Amino acid sequence: MAFLDVSNLTKSYGANTVVKGVSFAFDKGEFISLLGPSGCGKTTILRMIAGFETPSSGTIMVDGQDITGLKPNQRKLGMVFQAYALFPNLNVGDNIGFGLKISGVPAEERRARVADMLKLIGLPGFEKRYPYEMSGGQQQRVALARAIAPRPRMLLLDEPLSALDAKIRVSLREEIRAIQRELGITTVFVTHDQEEALSISDRIVVMNAGNIEQLGAPHDIYNMPRTRFVATFVGQLNNLDATVVDPAAQTVSLDGQVITVPNLPASSTAGAAIVLTVRPEVLSIGQRQGNELALHGTVEDVTFLGSVIRIRVALGRNVVSLDTFNDQRAAPPQRGAPIEITLAGKDLLVLAN
Amino acid sequence: MKQNRFWAWVVFLAGAAYFIVPLVATFEFSLRMRRGYYSFDSYASVFSDPNFQTTFGYSVVIGILAIIVGIVVVVPAVYFVRLRMPWLRPVMEFITLLPLIIPAIILVYGYIRLYNSSSIIPFTGSALGTDILLVFAYVTLALPYTYRAVDTGMRTIDVQTLTEAAQIAGANTVQIITAIILPNILVAVLSGAFLTFAIVIGEFTIASLLNRPAFGPYLQNIGANRAYEPAALAIISFIITWGAMGMINVLGHFAPRTSARTD
Ligand SMILES: Nc1ncnc2c1ncn2[C@@H]1O[C@H](COP(=O)(O)OP(=O)(O)OP(=O)(O)O)[C@@H](O)[C@H]1O
Ligand SMILES: [Mg+2]
Repeated sequence: MAFLDVSNLTKSYGANTVVKGVSFAFDKGEFISLLGPSGCGKTTILRMIAGFETPSSGTIMVDGQDITGLKPNQRKLGMVFQAYALFPNLNVGDNIGFGLKISGVPAEERRARVADMLKLIGLPGFEKRYPYEMSGGQQQRVALARAIAPRPRMLLLDEPLSALDAKIRVSLREEIRAIQRELGITTVFVTHDQEEALSISDRIVVMNAGNIEQLGAPHDIYNMPRTRFVATFVGQLNNLDATVVDPAAQTVSLDGQVITVPNLPASSTAGAAIVLTVRPEVLSIGQRQGNELALHGTVEDVTFLGSVIRIRVALGRNVVSLDTFNDQRAAPPQRGAPIEITLAGKDLLVLAN
Repeated sequence: MKQNRFWAWVVFLAGAAYFIVPLVATFEFSLRMRRGYYSFDSYASVFSDPNFQTTFGYSVVIGILAIIVGIVVVVPAVYFVRLRMPWLRPVMEFITLLPLIIPAIILVYGYIRLYNSSSIIPFTGSALGTDILLVFAYVTLALPYTYRAVDTGMRTIDVQTLTEAAQIAGANTVQIITAIILPNILVAVLSGAFLTFAIVIGEFTIASLLNRPAFGPYLQNIGANRAYEPAALAIISFIITWGAMGMINVLGHFAPRTSARTD
């Protein structure tokens, strides 16, 4: 039996339906991300799980208990907000101990638990500090400790890192993941940052306009996107216009260059226009083991991204981006130079729209 | 520039004189009870008057009760309007301004009509009932100030997120208001409290028409029948009122820092 079971969850504001019959089920201890563009309903789903919004229909079960009708303070969940939301009048120790105090945990036990939590988040001895005396990253750690101190059944996080700067964002997300693993707490993490979702989740729910587009492990989502939306939203993607040459032989013409596409559906008809997609990182410059397809073009642009160099290659009307590692001993390709790129045919995807 | 500053000073001094001269004159007069030289005899006479002690004590108690009732009514009202019914705010603004528009005498005649001893709720039928009525009247009189003080205080905190953070941790509404909301707007609440106190301590109309032994009617009575004591009382009232105002200022320095750092 699933630990978190959301079924047919719908939320409408007047005539505007923002969550459209969403269902998913997750096991105990999983780290789940809700990923999608702004306004797709991620926060609304999380707030319905927390109890701050009432679903228009559908049910939410946690650990076999139907919590759909419970008030937020009866759900035994922990939540971290985007805006930290530490209680300004309480010091760090009292903030972390707030939930324990509410549930009547004796002061002595509370103090020990708070000290443990501060050790866990790497801020030992910070009990007497006030929120305004701490940086954003520290405040958000305290908010995390406050959420998990009462040993909630589940942890909910709504874009907890988006107010922080890039460096802290990366280190803190790793810390959140490490703490989550250590405690084994089922976690729902809302983000619109695909890299964030890919890097820390066990499974990702990709959302668009109130619907689930795809649900799966990060590498499945990234390598086997099921819809065009997922393919373009998660990671970089090249879209190539091509024409089917011979459906039986699975050949297509790409700006006059004929290649074999193993993923071409048998139902395609000769002469039909199709769109092929391919990730920048599966393309190589020159021959490479396992790449049976070759395409010829000219270098249009070279962008230096540090350890990676992104090269744009014109194949005619189509332009593809490809990534190669920065090689300190070799000069990058020159603009306007002819170039051969190779790839494995199985990496060319034909996407459903 | 220099010219500007000169006229600024002239206006400032004229304004200051308007307030200070009568005050100094009153103070000077209050010291002249004993012929020929200055003394604090009038103050001694005031403080030793048992009526001063009882009426002042009575008004202090009524004032404190009005403050407590005011907080219990206003804080949750402002909280719920901000949290759940923001569209009600203009209505609240209007209602809380009414005590400034409707004279106290109209209020008290309304009370006497509604709550007289032959009505269904005969508040004025007993001394205790009338005291309760007086407390509520003062809560009403102070409403324009307490409402605004509390509303301003709540504007400085993120009421919704703090409420949700406390809720998910298991807190109920009473716990949220007492443990989180109230402490964070304490300075605002206390400034409302001192304003209430300043209003109650010298109020005459309502206390007099409800026939309660309050400090306001006592002041009036002394003013009509004595020479030097009224001046001393005016100075005393002035010090009490300004003491209350000064407390609001002092408290401002103890405000919890609510600004969230986002670095
Ligand atoms: N209280 C509300 N009343 C009316 N519409 C609302 C309300 N709350 C949210 N919405 C609408 O619901 C939609 C989904 O909002 P939601 O906050 O869930 O988006 P999100 O996926 O979290 O986006 P973001 O990444 O910007 O936070 C939005 O179009 C929003 O305008
Ligand atoms: Mg959101």
